[in-house]
Amino acid sequence: MTTVLDRPDAVARVVHGRRRRRVRRTAVVAVLAVLVVAVYALSLMVGNTFYGPGEVWDVVRGETVPGASFTVGELRLPRATLALLTGAAFGLGGVTFQTMLRNPLASPDIIGISSGASAAAVIGIVVYELGATAVSFVAIPAALGTTLLIYVLAYKDGIAGTRLILIGIGVDVMLRSVIAYVLMRAAVWDIQAAMRWLTGNLNNASWESVRPLAVAMVLAVPVLLTQARSLSLLQQGDDSATALGVRVERTRLVAILAAVVLIAFATAAAGPIAFVAFLAGPIAARVVGGGTSLMVPAALVGALLVLSADLVGQFAFENRYPVGVITGALGAPFLLYLLIRTNRAGGSL
Amino acid sequence: MTTTLVRASSPTAARRRSATTRLTWVLVALVALAVACVASVALGARIVGWSDVVHGLTGGEDTIGQAAVAKRIPRTLLAILVGAALGVAGAVMQGVTRNPIADPSILGITSGASLAVVSGITILGLSAPTSYIWVAIAGAAGSAAFVYAIGSVGRGGATPLKLALAGAATTAAFSSLISAILLPRVDVMNVYWHWQIGGVGGATYARIAQMLPFLVVGAIVCLAAARGLNALALGDDVAAGLGERVGTTRLLAFVGAVTLCGAATAVAGPIAFVGLVVPHACRLLIGIDHRWLLPFAAITGATLLTVADVVGRVVARPEEIDVGIITAFVGAPVFIYIVRRQKVRAL
Repeated sequence: MTTVLDRPDAVARVVHGRRRRRVRRTAVVAVLAVLVVAVYALSLMVGNTFYGPGEVWDVVRGETVPGASFTVGELRLPRATLALLTGAAFGLGGVTFQTMLRNPLASPDIIGISSGASAAAVIGIVVYELGATAVSFVAIPAALGTTLLIYVLAYKDGIAGTRLILIGIGVDVMLRSVIAYVLMRAAVWDIQAAMRWLTGNLNNASWESVRPLAVAMVLAVPVLLTQARSLSLLQQGDDSATALGVRVERTRLVAILAAVVLIAFATAAAGPIAFVAFLAGPIAARVVGGGTSLMVPAALVGALLVLSADLVGQFAFENRYPVGVITGALGAPFLLYLLIRTNRAGGSL
Repeated sequence: MTTTLVRASSPTAARRRSATTRLTWVLVALVALAVACVASVALGARIVGWSDVVHGLTGGEDTIGQAAVAKRIPRTLLAILVGAALGVAGAVMQGVTRNPIADPSILGITSGASLAVVSGITILGLSAPTSYIWVAIAGAAGSAAFVYAIGSVGRGGATPLKLALAGAATTAAFSSLISAILLPRVDVMNVYWHWQIGGVGGATYARIAQMLPFLVVGAIVCLAAARGLNALALGDDVAAGLGERVGTTRLLAFVGAVTLCGAATAVAGPIAFVGLVVPHACRLLIGIDHRWLLPFAAITGATLLTVADVVGRVVARPEEIDVGIITAFVGAPVFIYIVRRQKVRAL
């Protein structure tokens, strides 16, 4: 009796909850987008010389402003754009892996994919002295190869996320030793430059380094976004996803390819910026709330993180720190916090 | 009556290696170590004639070859000591945590030591390597306790995955702190960069002498805990039932292992995976009795590190590859193999 009476109420509650979540999601995404634009604008204005919004806007429109044309147009604009794009690329690539393997720790910078791209990029830069575009094209096959290697090694009657993560950590250590070896033997690069590169930095940002990444994003991001719905269905398990009409293997393959392309190009452009790929997803999940695709929010969070970490690294301290040091110092404690939380909640992590 | 007894005990007897088998393996390992030592003294970036090797060993430094040999002796000694320390530390860690993938580098212990050394140099202004050791051991102990505490929160205690993740996260946190400290200081960075790759190339008798007391104390503590570790392997409840003081044993073994790997790391830098691979290989060969396992792990670890050092010297002549790079390359495949064999809980 009571169940029948309660039912309309329950339906109304579900509908209400769903609407509230949608409103909240839209609001959060809007706020994030506004923040990204604001920090982007701020990093165009702030520097050794401050330029007002009017002057910056003139430069962006292509007018010649004495002084500002060079500083803003040739230095700050490429740097801020690169920060925006790498942040979004790392965020998207990371959240794709995290969603697919149903584990926040399955991000490319922990399971060795970023290290694969870094190793190839370091060899390309140090040994063969390649330019920015060529380095990108070396980093992609390396990142794909690393992904394939980890996947094959972790395959044993199917893929268990846990095993894949542990094996990824092993591969990561191995690739890091390759990087260390190459850098050790390189007389061309001093160690400081090497360490800067390995933590990820935007100091060498130029339009030349922005271009390949921008092209890759134009190609890969729409592909990923079309898979967003299928990917979030995959989170309920392969069987339920198949029953709901998802072509599981195809979705997985397309998503991996697109995500790895993003990671590889971003790494080639700015180095493996620590923890952005890992952090963006969980932060987005916390601010947006569950139940929806996290791709757009994660991309925004990633961009916001890199933009603001670069601002902090450049101007907050006496010394200038590369952006990766700041994102790492923010990211690692968050990872530990996340671990304690999951463990205490009795999760099987 | 007797037959049932024999039958009941035969499976355990089969699993437990007989004393002869163990002795044979120990002898084999000792011979291998001796061969590795000879190779380590004779081979290197410079090709040295046999007569120079003999003269160099007896203290002659008349030719360049003899001088090179004389430099290789402390290097070999250091490789033996560091390898032995890491092997024992790994075996004890795996025993204490009852966890097959416990290893000083995976558990974030070496990165704790690194962070401590770096902050010691820059913040406290340490310059004498004598003071590194204390700082490194303190850092190793701190991060070990930290990682273990995070990894054992929640259901199921310290499972392999939780520990590995906590260790990876801690390593990441520490390494970005290390870069934050180092980047503005180029002078310290050069020192650190070479130290952190892990090498025994810069060995001197003075550094060995300084490390030795720590290794001796650590080894004695670990050996004293060996019996208790055997009991712990049966599970905490059974061990307590057998009259073992579980907490004390665990703490004792932990302190010993941290001392060993802190001292080794302070002198040779973080060397990956020796502590992981060696105990597994040893357990396959001579069984799980820690009273045998620990000394055997010491010999095998010493052999492995000496061989890795020789390989690093020979492969890229006339340059050298640091031993840490070689061990990571050998160790990672073994780690992956172990993970593949383990049953891993699905998420």
